[in-house]
Amino acid sequence: MAASERSDPTRPRRWLWRWGVGLAALTLLAIGLLWHLNYNDGVDITAAEPAPADAATLARGTYLARVGNCLACHTARGGVPAAGGRPLATPFGTVYTSNLTPDADTGIGRWSAGAFWRALHHGRSVDGRLLYPVFPYTHTTLLTRADSDALFAYFRGLPATRAQVLPHELRWPYSTQAALAVWRALYFRPGGFQADPAHSEAVNRGAYLVQAVAHCSACHAPRDRLGGADWRDLSGGMVPGLGWYAPSLTNAAEAGVGPWPEAQIVRLLRTGAAQQGVASGPMAEVVFHGTQYLTEADAAAMAAYLKGLPQQPAARPDAPPNAAPSRLATAGAKLYEQHCAACHGAQGEGVPGAYPPLAGNRAVTLAQTENLLQTVLHGGFGPATAGRPRPYGMPPFTLTLSDTEIAAVLSHIRSAWGHHASEVSPLQVLQMRQASSGNLR
Amino acid sequence: MGLPLGRWLAGVVALVWATAAQAAAPFEDSMAQRTLACTACHGDQGRAGPDGYYPRLAGKPAGYLYHQLLNFRDGRRHYGPMTRMVDVLSDAYLMDIARHFAALQVPYPPPQPLATPPAPAALARGRTLALQGDAGQRLPACVQCHGERLTGALPDVPGLLGLPPDYLTAQLGGWRTGQRRAHAPDCMASIVQRLSDRDAYAVVSWLASQPVPADSRPAPEKPALPAEFAGLKCGSAPPPEPHR
Repeated sequence: MAASERSDPTRPRRWLWRWGVGLAALTLLAIGLLWHLNYNDGVDITAAEPAPADAATLARGTYLARVGNCLACHTARGGVPAAGGRPLATPFGTVYTSNLTPDADTGIGRWSAGAFWRALHHGRSVDGRLLYPVFPYTHTTLLTRADSDALFAYFRGLPATRAQVLPHELRWPYSTQAALAVWRALYFRPGGFQADPAHSEAVNRGAYLVQAVAHCSACHAPRDRLGGADWRDLSGGMVPGLGWYAPSLTNAAEAGVGPWPEAQIVRLLRTGAAQQGVASGPMAEVVFHGTQYLTEADAAAMAAYLKGLPQQPAARPDAPPNAAPSRLATAGAKLYEQHCAACHGAQGEGVPGAYPPLAGNRAVTLAQTENLLQTVLHGGFGPATAGRPRPYGMPPFTLTLSDTEIAAVLSHIRSAWGHHASEVSPLQVLQMRQASSGNLR
Repeated sequence: MGLPLGRWLAGVVALVWATAAQAAAPFEDSMAQRTLACTACHGDQGRAGPDGYYPRLAGKPAGYLYHQLLNFRDGRRHYGPMTRMVDVLSDAYLMDIARHFAALQVPYPPPQPLATPPAPAALARGRTLALQGDAGQRLPACVQCHGERLTGALPDVPGLLGLPPDYLTAQLGGWRTGQRRAHAPDCMASIVQRLSDRDAYAVVSWLASQPVPADSRPAPEKPALPAEFAGLKCGSAPPPEPHR
């Protein structure tokens, strides 16, 4: 800068003023943009109600609510169905689900079909508030207006239940509408489902069910630190707040079903178990409350769509092949004989229809060991479904085996039978014990 | 004198055989196979766990077991590992599981001596509460609902004998704090609200030191309540249908 400029006493003030105006203009522009992105949806929620739903519409709404798993979240444990109040843990605090029964004060009794549509499509509540994306409007925005109206008819037909839902317990700044507006600007665009003319009607129906109704990527998309994701991505991610990994649906080494016969995918969705694997953890819940009610045709459509997803190349194994078993894995082999072989077989072959094989089981060799640890520590049953009404159970080992013993047995099954997955350390077992001791809703 | 040598040997052989059979049991399509996840903690055939906390399941009334499974699944009883176990099971399957354990008639072990033997006065008070109740405190006798021999009453009321004292104490405490609940109206909760700490200790001590009778089957039905407790209503154990 020239000396003469510096000596002019009015110059710095003018400079400041200019910057100030510029900054103010930018702020206004940003606020305007945020307003436009969040509030400029133009939905008239006072519009005249559609004619009362006919029986077919009501049946469709009931079906969509079921397979879309609305009630699993909108019902507290042991509570009135759809009356809300279930706490959902997120990395930003706890969110309580809302009452969807037609109670006037605490439910959706005063809502119009337009208001319901605005919630599903734009993620805004009846009072104009931005909704927290724990409610997957990132996915329901793809629903058709007709399906939204059918769902509304279903919820309006439920018995009205007065149930004041607890206020959310979110940390600042995540608790603010401003933070939500920014989040939505980054990760949410109201959309509509676009059928791909290159694909069959069935595949497009499957895409609609996977993307909009069943909102699979709410769990199966990798989320970033703000909980955002590309919602078309199904390449696997940690389920927020639960300590389970939702494996990739686009990788045959995880849960990609490209090589599976379609009938097996249908079986997994409708009964909770296929020849190649079983649904466990949060997916068992999804099957129990939701996908077991899929019609055969819809399950087949989802299967066809999932089979056709572009597949990622298989990653290289994370331990060198033919490495001699470690001391930990050798100790695990003995424990396996004692505690596991009676059901899963000496060679990890399992029992068809009862116990899954462990040899060649992708859930055993996943790089993410969370699901294995949860399963061995806490055990559990597969979902009891119409197609598989009396599943077999896995005992919990949290009280009988130490951290080192669990690490040993898992290291064994991850390196036996031609597997080359990494070892599991006692520290990982301890961490999972601590993380999963209180995460039941 | 102990057992005759022959019986003792037979017992050892049976025990060794049973252990071996358990280790290498071949797969069978049965409820016993399906419920290995339950017996891992509740003991072989649901005889109770070895550590004095996991209660016996075998021979308890099916209705009672069924309600407890529902209570864990639906948040009226709180024990994370149990809730996790039954989380995705249907009502029908939970009933199958309850019937399976209810049908198992396996002998009870003799009661273990209590770690700190209760004073005779406490035992006497416990006996009175269990067999006669205390009308002054509006406490019905245990036998009033849990069967004359305290082995329960069909279809919904559990027996109170053969249970570890820690378990009994934990349940009474759970009812007092609301941690354990039954279907409303919750009669057991209302009784425990009126039970003092001293009386809770007394009744647990007496119950835990009683042997289970050789015929441990529950009474065929719940007896009618006397007039002074007519207002006591139990959501989990409705009064028997009137005889026609």
